[in-house]
Amino acid sequence: MKYADEFRDGKLAQNIARAIAREAGTGRSYSFMEFCGGHTHAISRYGVADLLPPNVRMIHGPGCPVCVLPVGRIDLAIKLALERGVILCSYGDPLRVPASGGLSLLKARARGGDIRMVYSATDALSIARANPGREIVFLAIGFETTTPPTALLIKQASAEGLNNLSVLCNHVLTPPAITHILQAPEVREYGTVPIDGFIGPAHVSAVIGSRPYEYFAEEYRKPVVISGFEPLDVMQGVLMLVRQVNAGRAEVENEYSRAVTRDGNRKAQALVAELFELRRTFEWRGLGEVPYSALKIRAEYAAFDAECRYDLRYVPAPDNKACECGAILRGVRKPADCRLFGTVCTPENPVGSCMVSSEGACAAHYTYGRFRDLAASAMP
Amino acid sequence: MMSSNTTKSSTLRPLGIRKGQVELSHGSGGRAMAQLIEELFCTAFANEYLAQGNDGAVLPVPQGGRMVVTTDAHVVSPLFFPGGDIGSLSVHGTINDLSVMGARPLWLAASFILEEGLPLADLQRIVDSMADAARAAGVSIVTGDTKVVERGKGDGVFITTTGVGVVADDLELGGDRAKPGDAILLSGTIGDHGMAVMSQRENLAFDAPIESDTAALHGLVADMLASGADIHVMRDPTRGGLATTLNEIAKQSNVGMILEEASIPLRPAVAAACEFLGFDPLYIANEGKLVAICAESDAARLLAAMRAHPLGRESALIGSVQADPHRFVQLKTRFGGCRIADWLSGEQLPRIC
Repeated sequence: MKYADEFRDGKLAQNIARAIAREAGTGRSYSFMEFCGGHTHAISRYGVADLLPPNVRMIHGPGCPVCVLPVGRIDLAIKLALERGVILCSYGDPLRVPASGGLSLLKARARGGDIRMVYSATDALSIARANPGREIVFLAIGFETTTPPTALLIKQASAEGLNNLSVLCNHVLTPPAITHILQAPEVREYGTVPIDGFIGPAHVSAVIGSRPYEYFAEEYRKPVVISGFEPLDVMQGVLMLVRQVNAGRAEVENEYSRAVTRDGNRKAQALVAELFELRRTFEWRGLGEVPYSALKIRAEYAAFDAECRYDLRYVPAPDNKACECGAILRGVRKPADCRLFGTVCTPENPVGSCMVSSEGACAAHYTYGRFRDLAASAMP
Repeated sequence: MMSSNTTKSSTLRPLGIRKGQVELSHGSGGRAMAQLIEELFCTAFANEYLAQGNDGAVLPVPQGGRMVVTTDAHVVSPLFFPGGDIGSLSVHGTINDLSVMGARPLWLAASFILEEGLPLADLQRIVDSMADAARAAGVSIVTGDTKVVERGKGDGVFITTTGVGVVADDLELGGDRAKPGDAILLSGTIGDHGMAVMSQRENLAFDAPIESDTAALHGLVADMLASGADIHVMRDPTRGGLATTLNEIAKQSNVGMILEEASIPLRPAVAAACEFLGFDPLYIANEGKLVAICAESDAARLLAAMRAHPLGRESALIGSVQADPHRFVQLKTRFGGCRIADWLSGEQLPRIC
């Protein structure tokens, strides 16, 4: 597969692994957080951890859009499908997320809700055009990557005068979440979580550019290397981080230069700014309320805002008290430290947010890496 | 029951296969049903047992060996896909379940749930395809049943086939017989069927040169058995794909496995389609592939026998069975790392980014 296999080359990986081992052989340890679920998935699926020396540790960050979506938001979507009879369109990932009352979007569908999986936001447009007598709601979730398609959907619907389509907007922003993690007492004051640097988002950065991370590098003295989602990208990113740490630098570097520029995609940024504005605060599952971390639809487009259209009231749904997702998302704990991990909380029956999507720290570890927790297990 | 001895009533118009549709009356037990069975099913499947026209087919008991029975319901959307259709699939699926038990398939029973409104032309195509597949495999469809459900309560047609075969007295195969040290062989590329079907879904249709691998594997199995290799387990990795099948075997045999990702055959087009949709080909369905686990010392001989058969040309040795109380199926990645190839969790859903 051209343009993908080149970035999964085992021989090159060994070369980079040797370089990392050599340059990280300084006697200190290195902890890097990969913010994005895409990176977590790549690290787990390709076994990248096996190629890193033991003193280089990856902390899985909160950049999995499905994982951080609070249960109460899914409850709203289910309510729309079951009580208002709308056609609810969703990306595939959120369908399985457990919601209140033992429900999920998939289970709500089994109860008669008209819930349809779409591959792109604009699929919702076709459904709206084809069903003029029905109301259609698109469950919009994701970071800066999926926000422009939602913006385009609203813009197009508005231009066509479609009056049976609205959007339940849950779009969140990367930079405020990184700030939130860096401001956590474990990182700032106690130093219990030594985050030495960040593997910066790939697709998100293609939209917002590398400039927004310059603030963290400078203010918090943390190096950031924006890396692609392929395993070689991640390895190269780790090598670049090790070099920055060794040299005492804290800069934003761009490993993913084939897709990311300093300014990002200005057209997409302008479109998003036209359609959305900041929410004063938004609840992140696992992180709690994070100020100015999410978007809502601007008042001019309120007709397309499902929250206005259906007068929805958000009701928070608390997570299981024993769940350690919050600590795991901040790097304070590892998945295997949680009492629920692998016992009551599994991918089939996720209790906490990190187990929900394959990009979540716990699900990735359970699905791909849990053999490492079991010394008795046969190793190749 | 399919019966062919109903006298055709002169008051009935011809079935009108070219333009007609399945109606509720086709399942009501009356003349319309008899006509459908006679003109469509019995004509296509014609054989001496079906011609008995009774509530059940009376079959000769095979001499020697033991009987193997299996049943499989087939639901697929769309009904027609590149490389096959629900008809051929329903024959191959059941033949393959018999084959991987080491059995020679003999007879099939077929049960149809038709949705009101299904074009008769489509039904004819499906039934013809079943008949062709059965004929090619040397298997007779000896009895059957037809029901019609109201429009909206089915998905065109559901087909359940039950198969009867015979296995030699001294052949013991089973998912619980894998032993540490055994070799794991796969008869060809993975994911072709699942991605061929996926490429035709209406909300997704993409142009990809991917055809379903649907095929009857009894010929390949016969050659494998004839090689004299000490085969412990055979299974066809259908739903849930290769990873799920291997996890089932690992659980049954109480062993672990280690696979070499680079040795698992995968077509570039399937790899690309999976990449595009965020799927893992290890979990995508196959309908013409089998996994064989044999004594390590016989692996080369078995592999040669598999590769000599047209349906096994791309066979490969993909890994080995390990002693592991946790029964993990591990994958050494092409990239140089290691990970679990776990049970499929729920449905594979595309990732967002």
